Amino acid sequence: MSLFTISVNNEKYQVDVDADTPVLWVLRDHLKLLGTKYGCGIAQCGACTIHADGNAIRSCSFPISSVGEMKLTTIEGLSEAGDHPVQKAWIKFDVSQCGYCQAGQIMNAAALLQRNPSPSEREISQAMNGNICRCGTYTRINKAVMEASKTL
Amino acid sequence: MTIVKTAINRRSFLKVSAAGGTGLLIGFNWLASCSTKPQQSIPKEWFDINAYIKIADNGLVTIYSPNPEIGQNVKTAMPLIIAEELDVDWTNVMVEQADLNTVKYSRQLAGGSQSIRHGWPSLRRAGATARRLLLEVAAKRWQTDINQLSVSNGVIKHSETGKELHYGELVVEAAAIPVPEDVELKSPEKFELIGKGIKNVDGQKIVTGNPLFGLDYNEEGQVIAMIIHPPSFGMTLKSFDASEAEKLPGIHKVFTIDTSLEESDWSATNAFNKLIAVTGSSTWQVMKAKKAVIAEWESTELENDQDHQQLLLEAIEKKEGHVQRQDGNPEDIIKRGDRVIERTYTAPFIAHNPMEPMNFFANVTTEKADLIGPIQTPENLRKLASRFLNLPEEKVNVQMTRMGGGFGRRLYGHFGLEAALISQQLQAPVKLIYSREDDMTQGTYRPAYRVKYTATLDQDNNLSSLQCKAAGIPGSPLFANRFPAGTIDHYKAESLNLGTNISTGAWRAPRSNFMAGAEQSFLDEVAELAGKDPIDFRLNLFDRAINNPVGERNDYDPERYAGVIKLVREKSNWDTPIDGVYRGASAYYCHNSYVAQVVDLVMENDKPVIQKVWCAVDCGIVINNEGAVNQVEGAIIDGIGHAMYAQMNFDNGAPQQNNFHQYRLIRNMEAPREIEVFFVESEIDPTGLGEPGLPPIIGALASALYKATGQRFYDQPFGPKI
Ligand code: FES
Ligand code: FES
Repeated sequence: MSLFTISVNNEKYQVDVDADTPVLWVLRDHLKLLGTKYGCGIAQCGACTIHADGNAIRSCSFPISSVGEMKLTTIEGLSEAGDHPVQKAWIKFDVSQCGYCQAGQIMNAAALLQRNPSPSEREISQAMNGNICRCGTYTRINKAVMEASKTL
Repeated sequence: MTIVKTAINRRSFLKVSAAGGTGLLIGFNWLASCSTKPQQSIPKEWFDINAYIKIADNGLVTIYSPNPEIGQNVKTAMPLIIAEELDVDWTNVMVEQADLNTVKYSRQLAGGSQSIRHGWPSLRRAGATARRLLLEVAAKRWQTDINQLSVSNGVIKHSETGKELHYGELVVEAAAIPVPEDVELKSPEKFELIGKGIKNVDGQKIVTGNPLFGLDYNEEGQVIAMIIHPPSFGMTLKSFDASEAEKLPGIHKVFTIDTSLEESDWSATNAFNKLIAVTGSSTWQVMKAKKAVIAEWESTELENDQDHQQLLLEAIEKKEGHVQRQDGNPEDIIKRGDRVIERTYTAPFIAHNPMEPMNFFANVTTEKADLIGPIQTPENLRKLASRFLNLPEEKVNVQMTRMGGGFGRRLYGHFGLEAALISQQLQAPVKLIYSREDDMTQGTYRPAYRVKYTATLDQDNNLSSLQCKAAGIPGSPLFANRFPAGTIDHYKAESLNLGTNISTGAWRAPRSNFMAGAEQSFLDEVAELAGKDPIDFRLNLFDRAINNPVGERNDYDPERYAGVIKLVREKSNWDTPIDGVYRGASAYYCHNSYVAQVVDLVMENDKPVIQKVWCAVDCGIVINNEGAVNQVEGAIIDGIGHAMYAQMNFDNGAPQQNNFHQYRLIRNMEAPREIEVFFVESEIDPTGLGEPGLPPIIGALASALYKATGQRFYDQPFGPKI
């Protein structure tokens, strides 16, 4: 076990964990930030997507020892009032079914729009291809991302 | 207007709840955005009107959603039905998940797409009864007759004097007077909320990452637990050595639990196992410790894919099945010399893979058990836990969290029972978590199926006989009295059921999820060989069932069936083909609802791309249009994904796929670019919607793929064969 100091949603946290602990489990078990989800643990589903310095990463496959000075953002920190354009678009299109994958989808979509503010339909679909939605909300996800890109 | 018996002659829940509680907090948030009078205040006291409704002194309403929420959106739809009859403004309503309570509610279960269909009468009655009580109090206060009063948005108005009272001003007395014997229900044309699009009540919480799911439920002082289950079906635990694992940091104890069911149970018995439990203080540490446990397993019979396929083949080709229905004699028609068309369809075992792996919280003491988590069958879990823990049922409290998907997987509550037994042994609160690998390799899989259809065409190319012989490992997928039964004079339906030690169970739209695709692909091929348009061909059959049905046990309404086919034909412009767009049509009836679909497929770089799916649905009254469309879209994508890519293979009893790198689920780029859903307008009581959208799409997809590639697809998954 070792001490790590990390920055999550603009707050500093100190945790005492094994160096190989994935950020996902640090968030969920130690910081009680439960919005980031566990889906596969092997970087295959995207449920655990968060931002590291604004880029989407798979927190299940990202050990705490690699975080260093990076600024991490989770779904809880995406916006203060839950009104990020992507979140608003998600509500407008009533995207969620079970909802379990959606935090990861939203974080991935927000990172996409950060680097490409006006993606084409195809670019959206490509960028979102790594996030599995077992309930099959893909067509709504794509509409919501398109909508968010217009209101950004 | 319908008058119904309230069936509650006595107030069973007449208690005034204390001020505050969770309702107050939620209400407070909500108040900020509220503009409707008269609730611009913080509720001080809440009053239980009945099992479903409590109303605050300021007019705010809390509605309890009785059934488990797995993403089918009943948590929005069920309270919506109550609010409709109660006549309240939806923005003044807060929804809470009810706990398991068999005295207050019936059928607290998510399965068979039946929540709305079964809940419909009691939810309406609950709303209408509460409304009536409030009206009675208002009438008394104004010394007038109820007929002189009208209600809108939770405000009662006296027509003569124009006086108004809101529900909150009447609720103290309403909670205390006897329930009327019968109440009036609204007639469907008066519905104001039902049939509109109401957004998911948990939508905002989901997009902001609120802890709603089972995996998010934690208590102070809890121990994290994971299980090690046999690596193969057909193996049982012999012994284990955890000395290394127990030395690892954060690890508490490693021990066995035994959930084996001796008597056969309705649920997948083989999923109840003797297991190793590894416990510790954090998930990651327990995950690592699992790898350090050395276990020895004893083998009995270990099954393989090849054996399964061989068994199914032999059953269909060599064995006599159980004849579940026969009309006329198809063999005579074959002997007569009609043209015979025979095709066989297969589907493999598949896993449920809900996005949230199995998990449960349990706190078991010598006095009682609290079991909290994602479960489709809370009542069954309570029964099981009561038996295993040796506690009376009333001491087993089951609470339902939101579920990250179910698809049938969470009908089998072994994970809840496992959490309970681990907690009992540790004498501590326990959070049981399955890794994705545990979840996928200790599944309750959709059985493997094989069906053979034999049809004949007479000289005029009319369908003159049909035989269907279906086998499953385990359980036959046949529905003997569904279409095409009833449309052909000579019809025979036969079943074969083969055994297995692999644990299987209900998977979204059980049996239909295979039969629809096979049957509808077959009819497409027969229609083609008969030189007929596949939709005309089906409609002809329904004409027969409408005008002169064969037999009396036909399990469908041919007019509604034909209705959805005609609707999808019209909406999709079926009769105006477009160059380069390959189309397949399909229709199926299950869970009391009718669905017809058309798939439009194009080839891009030699790969099929589904451009659009058109879908017509008749599920009676649509409760919540927005949620309903979402369900159907999801079912379509789910059906396409599993027919294209999914399979669970077994080698010596060991599942060959253990995570999403091996088990392929449909992804964004493979989903249809567009889906359009049309509902038949109806005043018939609502029927199932979570499942019926899935089965037919497999047939429409197979037929569209045929048009695009010239190749028929008989064996799922189709993807590897393209
Ligand atoms: S949980 Fe990280 S990608 Fe699936
Ligand atoms: S909404 Fe259920 S997994 Fe995406």
